[in-house]
Amino acid sequence: MTETTTTKYGAAKVEHQGAISRFLEATEINTRLLGMLGALLIIWLGFHFYGEIFIGRGSFLTPRNLWNLSVQTSSIGIMSTGMVLVIITRNIDLSVGSMIGVIGMAMGLLQVEILPQYVGLGHWSIWILAVITGLVLGTVIGAFHGWLIAYRKIPAFIVTLGGLMVWRGMAFLSANGRTISPVDPTFALLGGGPYGAVGEVGSWIVGIVACVGVVWMLYSGRQASKRHDFKLKPMWAEIFIAVVGCGAIISSVLLVNAYPWPKGILKAYGRAHDIDMTGVFVSHGFAIPVLILLAVGIAMTFLMTRMRFGRYVYAIGGNPEAAALAGINTRWMTLKIFALMGMLTSISAVIASARLNSATNALGTLDELYVIAAAVIGGTSLTGGVGTIYGAILGALVMQSLLSGMVLIGFDSAIQRVVVGSVLVLAVWIDTVYNSRKN
Amino acid sequence: MSNTDKIPLIKMTDISIAFGGIKAVDHVDIDLFPGEVVAVLGHNGAGKSTLIKILSGAYKRDSGKIFVRGEEADINNPRDAKKYGIETIYQTLAVADNVDAAANLYLGREILTKIGTLDDTAMEAEARKVMGRLNPNFQRFKEPVSKLSGGQRQSVAIARAILFNARILVMDEPTAALGPQETEQVGELIHQLKKDGIGIFLISHDIHDVFDLADRIAVMKNGKMVGYANTKDVTKDEVLGMIILGKCPPAAIPGPGAMQEA
Ligand SMILES: Nc1ncnc2c1ncn2[C@@H]1O[C@H](COP(=O)(O)OP(=O)(O)OP(=O)(O)O)[C@@H](O)[C@H]1O
Ligand SMILES: [Mg+2]
Repeated sequence: MTETTTTKYGAAKVEHQGAISRFLEATEINTRLLGMLGALLIIWLGFHFYGEIFIGRGSFLTPRNLWNLSVQTSSIGIMSTGMVLVIITRNIDLSVGSMIGVIGMAMGLLQVEILPQYVGLGHWSIWILAVITGLVLGTVIGAFHGWLIAYRKIPAFIVTLGGLMVWRGMAFLSANGRTISPVDPTFALLGGGPYGAVGEVGSWIVGIVACVGVVWMLYSGRQASKRHDFKLKPMWAEIFIAVVGCGAIISSVLLVNAYPWPKGILKAYGRAHDIDMTGVFVSHGFAIPVLILLAVGIAMTFLMTRMRFGRYVYAIGGNPEAAALAGINTRWMTLKIFALMGMLTSISAVIASARLNSATNALGTLDELYVIAAAVIGGTSLTGGVGTIYGAILGALVMQSLLSGMVLIGFDSAIQRVVVGSVLVLAVWIDTVYNSRKN
Repeated sequence: MSNTDKIPLIKMTDISIAFGGIKAVDHVDIDLFPGEVVAVLGHNGAGKSTLIKILSGAYKRDSGKIFVRGEEADINNPRDAKKYGIETIYQTLAVADNVDAAANLYLGREILTKIGTLDDTAMEAEARKVMGRLNPNFQRFKEPVSKLSGGQRQSVAIARAILFNARILVMDEPTAALGPQETEQVGELIHQLKKDGIGIFLISHDIHDVFDLADRIAVMKNGKMVGYANTKDVTKDEVLGMIILGKCPPAAIPGPGAMQEA
């Protein structure tokens, strides 16, 4: 639409573009964010209407699919926030998929075979002990990788390539390839599913808290600028951001609440609680893994933008020598970054094994590639120094949308890989072109 | 100029470092007094940058001692050096290209809020003040340093060094990327800092850059010290002779690297 008006009226074009760029400048909206949202929109609409036209039923833009999509994105999304830090500091971690395997097995064995011997089957503490053990194990493995890289000066590529093989092998050895299931029922909630979601009221609470958070952040940012007499954003821009932000939050609440429990679950629930549930509309609400992703995303964004740690991560990525000369202990930072990556991986391992309701030695296979792809599609530069948390999460969402969209329209996994691989290369190419235009 | 009765701000004695087989700095002595500018001169590869990197903690010396105000200093990393009030502007500038000017000024010494988060607005406000002194036209505080011109980046590096009340300032080719006007500003700044009693090492491979600013010169060649001289006692040509041939004029005090007269 813009195209037609601009070609007809040359003068209007200048005015028009001026307005757009002025708008972007005033709201400080990042064009790359817009690009990603645009790509996401195209992918979603594309799959939906492809289904509509060729299969006679568009099933992508339904509460059910989008809810599932959000759950599927959680595990990769959480790890991608850590991968951003790893890649910003010019390293790579190829071992996260295998780490999921070994951590998943450790937690599975613990809650299914070891702990019940001591505290009894179904004890309330089992899931907590399992999760804590997983977190510690992931952090320790990550820290060990980081130590080898930073203090023993072995390239990250090699250390984590070794890790990719070692930890996958360990996952197998830990139970001789057996599948461990079922996991503790409370633990299983962390993987989502009808019970592993916070329901209608819970989702509204999350949504309202999030909206208040958005408004408060805008307000306190404005106050800080005022204190130092900096140029303020125009009021309309602040309001625009608040409205769009809260609008998006409320829409997502409405969306997850529009997805009801299926009949089978209703019946089972009714039977268990001795009530008649036929015809009752019970909303899923936000799935727990999605809330975990949200919490991780907020915490990591805070870490990267408001804390010294994040500032140092960027500085090391931009110029490692300068960072060291400024007195930053770059080795210690590298170790901490990999430890953090390990911890995030163990959170993903919790979600992945809980979702599967079992631990298998193949859990997380190929995840490292998806995680790296998510970070890169989200704008993390492999040359270091550049990358954002929200970008990586959006990258994970783009990738997961492609994967599950192709499943919906019946493409098999071979085609899925061809497409995801191509999109990865395409995304980086577009980025390169965009960046060279800008400079 | 008789400094012998005062305690030097910095005294480095018998400093050596080798990279593989190369003796980059070979038994060098040098000192610096409050309010004094000492120019360290020498060819490309003479070992000037290496010497000052030892002082700033970037390199670990193989041997030798460093004294700060008469007391032996324990400098093993850049953080230690900063604790002694030694600030360095590196030849490579050593700025993190992908973060903005304020973040660079405070890199490693960020201002934090009460709850321990970065106080970016406070840092930007301070950055504006310091940069205003150095380069009043500078306005691009929010952009990554990579977007700045060479001279602007240099101003950022200089501002970072003077921001923290340095007692000792080391400037490795500080005006290399600057235009005449900015160079003049750096010259003025050096005069001003001198008056505040700050000692300055000014490193250059070009005598013309520093002759008017320096109180004393020290010339290095192949990692060794050729000699020292008060700037007013020697001519530019004599100093050139020291740099190129290692030949010490009569007014200079020869060091171990001086050409032996037959
Ligand atoms: N990190 C290093 N590893 C190996 N050799 C080095 C290193 N740093 C410096 N050198 C060597 O030490 C010698 C002195 O180098 P230095 O950078 O101190 O010279 P300089 O006097 O500062 O020269 P310029 O005027 O070009 O800056 C050179 O031969 C150089 O190749
Ligand atoms: Mg040098």
